[in-house]
Amino acid sequence: MLIKQKLEESFFKILMVISTIFVLGSLLLILGTVLWRGLPALDLAMLTQAPQGGYYLGKEGGILNAILGSLCLAGGATIVAVILSLPIALYLQLYPVPHFTKNWIRLSLDILWGTPSIVYGAIGFTLMIYLGMRASLLGGIIVLSLLELPIMVRGMEEAVSMVPKALLESSYSLGATRFETAFKVVVRQTLPGLITAILLAFGRGIGDAASVLFTAGYTDNLPTSLLRPVASLPLAVFFQLGTPFPAVQDRAYAAALVLIVLVLGLSITSRLLSTRFTKNIIR
Amino acid sequence: MSQALPLNTHSSPHLRIQDLNVWYETNHALRGIYAEIPTFGITAIIGPSGCGKTTLLRSLNRLLEEGEGIRVKGQVWLNEVDIYDRVMDLNELRTRVGLLAPKPYPLPLSIYENVAYGRRIHGLDVLDKGNGRNLDRKVEHYLRTAGLWEEVKDRLKAPASALSTGQQQRLCLARALAVEPEILLCDEPTSALDPISAQGIEEQLITLKENTTIVIVTHLLRQASRMADYVIFLWMGELVECGPAKELFKNPKDSRTQAYLMGKIG
Repeated sequence: MLIKQKLEESFFKILMVISTIFVLGSLLLILGTVLWRGLPALDLAMLTQAPQGGYYLGKEGGILNAILGSLCLAGGATIVAVILSLPIALYLQLYPVPHFTKNWIRLSLDILWGTPSIVYGAIGFTLMIYLGMRASLLGGIIVLSLLELPIMVRGMEEAVSMVPKALLESSYSLGATRFETAFKVVVRQTLPGLITAILLAFGRGIGDAASVLFTAGYTDNLPTSLLRPVASLPLAVFFQLGTPFPAVQDRAYAAALVLIVLVLGLSITSRLLSTRFTKNIIR
Repeated sequence: MSQALPLNTHSSPHLRIQDLNVWYETNHALRGIYAEIPTFGITAIIGPSGCGKTTLLRSLNRLLEEGEGIRVKGQVWLNEVDIYDRVMDLNELRTRVGLLAPKPYPLPLSIYENVAYGRRIHGLDVLDKGNGRNLDRKVEHYLRTAGLWEEVKDRLKAPASALSTGQQQRLCLARALAVEPEILLCDEPTSALDPISAQGIEEQLITLKENTTIVIVTHLLRQASRMADYVIFLWMGELVECGPAKELFKNPKDSRTQAYLMGKIG
């Protein structure tokens, strides 16, 4: 081997190791901080109670309002987004859509993806005022589902594009329609990919603060109605960090910890569940 | 360009191809094909790579059009109906004209559901259900026809992907037969298989030809001479010669057919 080749080889090896350490290190740093400051503040009451009087001054209560609120917001938004995304992804990949139309749909989705979430919040808020709506769970779900849509469509599209053409053709050559092929063959074949797309979108939805700030509002009450404001974990973190009391700030880290554990737990459970339905996949 | 010779004058052809032209973008891949495919028996399409064998085969159930940038002009008559007519229902056509692909692609379902799939989407299973466990019996029947039943009868619920390639190809055959096609198109059906599995598929097809029209694309002359009753020879997108297999293999009329059969070209 030439000296030059050896140098190149070792240079890129070192570069890869450094990047990997950097990425893993950032993750550990975040997890470490949240655990170190949040874990001592976390107790059963935080998970099982709504804020009582004086909670934000460091007195008793919990963030059950925000936990349930976030699950309702992101869960609802994810369901709405799946209903909208799956047909778009299947349509783009399986139907003979003109290239021009396809490219425009993709470009629109990419622009939506790159739009800051505060813009979604602001536009949602403006529309809600126009319609005479108050900040509510429904408003939050609608705005979050728009926020989740592009990431979900592109993820699903990526998964569907991996289906071998010959597999589609073997379904068509039995006289199956595109619709039957899409829902009976493609969805089964790509389930793990679809679930990844859904989880990515759910993660973005549940972690976003700016878009729900104006549209879902905040409340100390547990969510009871689609038309009432709801609390959310990212905003719970934000408001508690903003207080001057260290005890309350620690609770912000505890809320962040709950958020991380929720997303992680959901990822792991859905992956375990999905293996039950993917034993027939053609590799 | 030679006109098709009818195999026997007693039965009418099952498919009549009339001035069929295919373009991939600007590449004129099939040029004015005229041919008749006799009812029942095995018709082999032979010729060197890139001569348009697969293109011709896939134009017969219009699967060709699933690709991009493809243009087809001409007529293919199936029992006095032009399959390229605008009123032709593609799903009905593909139910009547089945396909066995070169590489087996089972559906992401169990062995049983792979065979039942076609019957379910066409509502044939409703008729089956009318009589107790008839769908089970149908699935068994087609798995037996494809010569796979004995190997899978104890694990019908197992994923089809767990089968060997040879078994998967027989499963694909059972799956294709389960929708009761009148014509079965086979695109180099043994090219991905070991010799033993290949022989199995050949034997199943020879049994099936009694009551199904089979069209097979093959680049193996030996396979064509073993199986075919009727042969179509393509060269560079043109039909050079076609006729009963015995005649064509013994006395090829065109000099290109002679050269190809003797191994001088292609």
